[in-house]
Amino acid sequence: MDDALDIAGVRLDSRLIMGTGGATSLATLEEALVASGTQVTTVAIRRYAAAGGNSVFAMLERLGVHALPNTAGCFTARDAVLTAQLAREALETDWIKLEVVADEDTLLPDPMELLTAADELVADGFSVFAYTNDDPILARRLEDVGVAAVMPAGAPIGTGLGILNPHNISMIAEAARVPVVLDAGVGTASDAALAMELGCDAVLLASAVTRAHDAPLMARSMRAAVQAGRDAYRAGRIPRRSLAQASSPDEGRIGVS
Amino acid sequence: MTAGTISIVLDGQETHVSTGSTLRETIARHIERELDAAGAPVDGGRLGVAVAVDGMVVPRGDWHDHVLADGVAVDVVTATQGG
Repeated sequence: MDDALDIAGVRLDSRLIMGTGGATSLATLEEALVASGTQVTTVAIRRYAAAGGNSVFAMLERLGVHALPNTAGCFTARDAVLTAQLAREALETDWIKLEVVADEDTLLPDPMELLTAADELVADGFSVFAYTNDDPILARRLEDVGVAAVMPAGAPIGTGLGILNPHNISMIAEAARVPVVLDAGVGTASDAALAMELGCDAVLLASAVTRAHDAPLMARSMRAAVQAGRDAYRAGRIPRRSLAQASSPDEGRIGVS
Repeated sequence: MTAGTISIVLDGQETHVSTGSTLRETIARHIERELDAAGAPVDGGRLGVAVAVDGMVVPRGDWHDHVLADGVAVDVVTATQGG
């Protein structure tokens, strides 16, 4: 059954986007990426010397995975725009995961800087994947400036706290005219499944896999969870009831009267 | 600074290069890959790096004609692990 995701002009069979941050070694990362089945993966843009050459770029080329460069570490729209322009030049892609965070402790998006940067980057021809708060109104504003995808946080980056406000995530997914990708906060498989059940189009996660005891096994688990959550969403869950409702027939019961 | 050289900040490190050095020569030495006049690696692979001079992106096609001035900051970036 064809249930591909159209995002920024590309059709993806996998609805799991795996980030590359936090892995202990490139070999483990590669194994986890393959196990996750992901077709898109995020990378950071850093100085050549600090990055230890372009081994990550070479690995993504070898795996044939789309690179989604991010603007992690940017606190202002100005820095984010420069990082995006460098990413486009280095990786030959118009895709950018736009992160403009407010401070180091929360790593939560700064709404004003985010919107300013999104507006500039869309005007400059980028397909902007906007990492945002779980705020339905900000999500709408981002759509209005023309982002390719809205990516609300389930919880702050790296916390593994899951989806702290499922109602807001659901509202964002219902209202969105562009793909919604739950990004950040996923700790374990059930969080990823919940995101999909709430109507998200995809899940983006990194730490939950790369920092797990067995990264490739967790990657496989996330792949299954995203698929299960997506199937459950499409199948349509039963309504919640306050009282029990028997599933076995009343008729033909035996009993001692 | 010795005669015939200028000082630049390359990837955050103060570095001396010959006066008249182009961005293409400097980047090729830094990433240890030979680059053609269009800034493409002669090994046929994809480049995977980008360059900013004093905070402005310089497209690879312009590196060949870009002569470095004394004191400029040249940042060379690539992809690394990140969420």
